[in-house]
Amino acid sequence: MVIVFGTKPAILACAAVTGPLEKRSVFKSYFDTIMDDERFQENTNEKGQMVLVQEACQVLMKKADVKNLDIDYFLSGDLVNQMTPTSFAARELAVSFIGLFAACATAVSSLIIAGLLTELGASNFAIAGASSHHNATERQFRYPVDYGAQKPATAQWTVTAAGFALVGKYHEGMPYMAAATVGKVIDYGQDNPFHMGAAMAPAAYSTITTHLKKRNQKISDYDVIFTGDLGKIGLKLLKAMFAEDGIKSEELNILRDGGEEYFGEDTRFQAGASGAGCSASVFYSYVDLQMRTGRYKKVLLVATGALLSPLSYQQGETIPCIAHAVELTV
Amino acid sequence: MIYSFIFAFIVGGLICVIGQLLMDVGKLTPAHTLSLLVVAGSILGGLGLYEYLIDFAGAGATVPITSFGNSLTGGAIAEAEKHGWIGVLTGMFEVTSSGISAAIVFGFIGALLFKPKGTID
Amino acid sequence: MNEQRYQTIEQQISPKPPIGMNMLKAFLVGGIICAIGQAISYFYIIFFDFTEQTAGNPTVATIIFIAMLLTGFGLYRKLGQFAGAGSAVPVSGFGNAVISASIEHRTEGFVLGVGSSMFKLAGSVILFGVVSAFFVALIKLILVTIGVVSW
Repeated sequence: MVIVFGTKPAILACAAVTGPLEKRSVFKSYFDTIMDDERFQENTNEKGQMVLVQEACQVLMKKADVKNLDIDYFLSGDLVNQMTPTSFAARELAVSFIGLFAACATAVSSLIIAGLLTELGASNFAIAGASSHHNATERQFRYPVDYGAQKPATAQWTVTAAGFALVGKYHEGMPYMAAATVGKVIDYGQDNPFHMGAAMAPAAYSTITTHLKKRNQKISDYDVIFTGDLGKIGLKLLKAMFAEDGIKSEELNILRDGGEEYFGEDTRFQAGASGAGCSASVFYSYVDLQMRTGRYKKVLLVATGALLSPLSYQQGETIPCIAHAVELTV
Repeated sequence: MIYSFIFAFIVGGLICVIGQLLMDVGKLTPAHTLSLLVVAGSILGGLGLYEYLIDFAGAGATVPITSFGNSLTGGAIAEAEKHGWIGVLTGMFEVTSSGISAAIVFGFIGALLFKPKGTID
Repeated sequence: MNEQRYQTIEQQISPKPPIGMNMLKAFLVGGIICAIGQAISYFYIIFFDFTEQTAGNPTVATIIFIAMLLTGFGLYRKLGQFAGAGSAVPVSGFGNAVISASIEHRTEGFVLGVGSSMFKLAGSVILFGVVSAFFVALIKLILVTIGVVSW
C-alpha cells in the first residue's frame, strides 16, 4: 500500500542516544549523546531502556525547542515483552501515546503514522521512533548475556540505542515525507534466528519494488536507499535479488544498510548490528543530517523487522518479516 | 602420570569435537547437543563401556557432560542391584549429586556477586 | 523471485561455519579443560584422602566454581564464542548455563527470578540424563531378571 503525502509532513528535528558500546560505531559522531553506563544507572536493563527513551525524547525536544506539552503524539515501540520500556517512558513524558510493534521496522512504521496524523491535521508535533537495548533483547530473544554459546558469522548484534524524529507541518528547508509504503508480511521460509538478515531481505525487496513500481521510480532516482538492519549478509542478499532483476552493480551501490555499516569491519559483531534502535539511530542522526546539509536530496528509508518471538521459534515456526518504507525529500 | 594428562586431553577433546559436529553439521542448538551427549553417556554407562573410558582417560571422560549420564545410570543400576525396581528411581542421584549441587550453590552465589554484562571485549 | 530461487541464493551467499577450524578449537579447549580437570583430581588424591574413583565429585565441583568466576567476569562468553562445544560440553559449560541464567534473572528476585529460571538452559540436560538413566537401568533390570545378562 503506497501513501502519497499531499501536505508534505516535515521532519523538524532528530535525536539519537546510545549506550556505551555504540561509541565503536562508525556513526558515533552523529549521535547526540553516548551514555557511559549500559544500564543508565538503573538496576534493571528494562528500566535502563526506559531512561534511554526518555533521554532521547528530552534531547529531541531541546533541539526543536518544544516542551512536552506541545507534543500531540508519541509513537514508538521496542522489543521487550509488551514494550514496557517505551510505555514507562511515555508515563514520564505524559503525552498521548500509541505503542507500536513492528520489531525493528518500528522506526519507520511510527514515522508513517506520525506523517498521517500530521496530514490529517490532528497533530502539530509528533515524536516517532524506536529503541532497543542489547542486554534486554538478548535475554528476551536468545540466551542470558553471560552464556557461552557460539554465535555464527550470520548473527547480528542488537544495539543499545534510541532514535526519534519530531514530525510536524511542512517547513521550508526541512526534509519532508513525500510518500510511504506500508509493507506486507513476507515469509520465505527462513527459520534461523541467528540469520535474521536472510529472513528480512525478501521483505525489504518486496517493499522497495512495490514502492518504486507504484511511484514510477527507479533505484537511481534516489541518492540513497537505506535499509535498517539487514546486516552484512542480508544486504548482499538484497543486492543479489535486485541483480537477478537486471539491476546494474553501480545502481546497487545506492543500496546501503545501517546494520551493515554500524560497527564497520569489526568481526566480533559478526554480521553487523541489528535492533529497533539500529535503524532508528542511523536514520534519525546520520541520514537526517546528510539531508539537512544537502548531501542527499531524495532518500528511501526502509526499516525491516523480523516478527518472531522466542515462543514462535521454539514451536518451530518460520520467521515472517516486514519492511516499511518512507520516501524523504528536501 | 604425564600420560594420564595426554589421554585426558585427547579423549576430552574428542568428545568436544563430537559436540561441535552436532552443532555445526547437525545444526543443533547447544541445549539439544548437550541433551544428546547426556543420553549417549547414559547408554554407554548402561552397556558398561563408559567405565573403561574413565579408566583410560580419567578426567577426559569424567569432565565432559557425557559422564553425567553415565553416573546417573551407574547410580540407578547400583541401587537396582540392591533393591530391585525401587532402586531404579532412588539410586539415580547417588553418584552425581556433586555436579548439580555445585551448580545450584554457585549459581546462587554468582547471582549475589555478579551483574550481567553486555560488553564485547 | 520465488521462495525456492531465494533459498538457492541464500545458500550460496551465506557463509558456512568453518567446520574444520571449529573442530580444532573445540578439541584444543575441550582437551585443555579436561587436562585441568585431571590436574585438579590429582590435587584431591594427593592432598586429601580421595581415590581415583571418588576424586571425580570434588573435581566437578571445583570446575563449576571456576566456571562461576569466569561467567561472572564475562569471560566464559568469550571462551564460548572461541571454543564452541569445547567449552559447552565439559561440565563447566553446564555450570555456565546454570550460573549465567541465575545472574541474568537476579533482577526478578531470588525466588521468582533465580529460583525459577536457574535451570532454563541446563534443565533439559538434567531431564534427559535422568529419563535416559531411568530407562537404561530399567532395561538392564529386566534383562537381569529374565536372565539374559548379569549385574
